[in-house]
Amino acid sequence: MKQKVPLVLCFLFGIVMILTEFSPHAASQATYKEIANWGRVISPFVFVLAVVTLIQTHWNRIQRRTEHWQYSFVVFAGMLAMVAAGVPSGPQHPAFAWLFNNVQVPMDATMFSLLAFFIASAAYRAFRARTFEATLLLVTAVIVMLGNVPVGDLLWPDAASNARQWILDNPNLSARRGIILGVSLGAISQSIRIILGIERSYLGGGD
Amino acid sequence: METLGIWIAAILTLCIYSFLYRDNPFYRFAEHLLVGMSVGYIIVITIYFGFIPYAWTPIKNAVTDETARLGFLTLIPICMGCLFFARLSSRRAWLIRYPIAILMGISSGIMIPNALQTDIFAQVRGTIDPYSRIGVLSAFEITGAILMVIGVVCTLTYFFFSVEHRGPVNWLSKVGIAFLMIGFGSAFGNTVMGRVALLIQRVDFLINDWIGSIF
Repeated sequence: MKQKVPLVLCFLFGIVMILTEFSPHAASQATYKEIANWGRVISPFVFVLAVVTLIQTHWNRIQRRTEHWQYSFVVFAGMLAMVAAGVPSGPQHPAFAWLFNNVQVPMDATMFSLLAFFIASAAYRAFRARTFEATLLLVTAVIVMLGNVPVGDLLWPDAASNARQWILDNPNLSARRGIILGVSLGAISQSIRIILGIERSYLGGGD
Repeated sequence: METLGIWIAAILTLCIYSFLYRDNPFYRFAEHLLVGMSVGYIIVITIYFGFIPYAWTPIKNAVTDETARLGFLTLIPICMGCLFFARLSSRRAWLIRYPIAILMGISSGIMIPNALQTDIFAQVRGTIDPYSRIGVLSAFEITGAILMVIGVVCTLTYFFFSVEHRGPVNWLSKVGIAFLMIGFGSAFGNTVMGRVALLIQRVDFLINDWIGSIF
C-alpha cells in the first residue's frame, strides 16, 4: 500500500502518457491533454506546501528569537503586500503592477547585477592560463566579451564581433549539442527507470 | 506615485549594493523583502494561471453546464494534490508518495517522446543538415559543418564512459574537452556581459532616473 500503489500509479500514468503521445486518435489525444492538465492541477499544491513550510520556518525563527529573527517580519510583510494587492483583483491590478515594477523588478535586477562584481573577482583569482584547456577557456571568454562591447570592434574593426559570432555558431554550438544529446539520453534512460519502478528514490526512505 | 516608485526602487537598489561593503541590516532588509515579495508574486501567478484555469474553471463549468460534466474529473487531481498536506502529519506523511508518483509518471511519460523529438532528433538533424546542401555552401561554411560534426562526436566521446579512455578514444575525448572549454568560455563570457549589462542599467537608473528627478 505504501510502496506498491505509488509504483503502480507511476507506471500507469507514465505508460498512458507515452502511448497516447504516439497515437493520433482523437480519444487518445483527449486523454493525453486531460492527464497533462491533471499534472498542472497537482503541481500548484507542491507550491502551497512550499509556502506553508516557508511560513513555518520564519514563524519558528520569530518564536525562538534566533539570529536576525526580526527580518522574518519583513518576509511576511512583503508576501502579504503582494498577496493583498494581487489575489482579490488579479495580476493586472494597478497596485500589484506598481509593486512588481517599482519594488520587485529593481531588487531582482540589482541582486543579479551584484553578481557582476563577484564573477569579476572570482575570474581574477581562478582564470590563470596554467594548462592548454584553461587557456582555451580564458581566450574564448575574452573574445566573447570583447565581441559583445563596442570597444572590441574599436580595437579590431569587425574582427571582434565576427570572431565572437563564429565561436558561438561553431565550436560553442557543437559542444552544446554534445551536452544536450548526452543530457537527453540520460533523461530518457532515467525516465524509463522511473516508469519501470527501478528508480524509486523519489518515494523517500521507509517501508 | 511615479516619483514615490523611483525613490523606493533607488533606496532598495542602494540597500542591496551596500552588501559590496559588507553584510549589514540594510542589505538584510532588502534581501528578506525580495524573498517575501517573490513568494507573494508566485502565489498570485499560481492562483491566476494555474489554479483558476486548470482546477476552478472546469469544476465551475461542470456545475453550470450539463455538456461539461467531465469537468468533475478535475476533482481527482485536486484530491491527489491535497495529499501533499499529509507531509505536515508525521503519521500520514507516507500519503505524499501518491501525488509525487503520479507527477513523476506524468512528467516521465511526457519527457521521453519530447526529449526524443526536440532534443535528440532535432539536434542530430541540425548537425547533419548542412551536408544536404553541400553543393551550395561556401568553403567557410563547409569548414564549419565539418567542425560541427567533429565537435559533437568528440564531446559525446568525452561523456562516453562505457569504454576505457585509451588510444584513439582518449584523443577524441581530449578534443572533446577542448570543445567543452570553448563552450564554457562562451557561456562565462555571455554571463559576465549579461550581469554587467544589468549593472549598467541599474547605475543608469540611479544617475538619470533618480538623481535626474531631484535636480
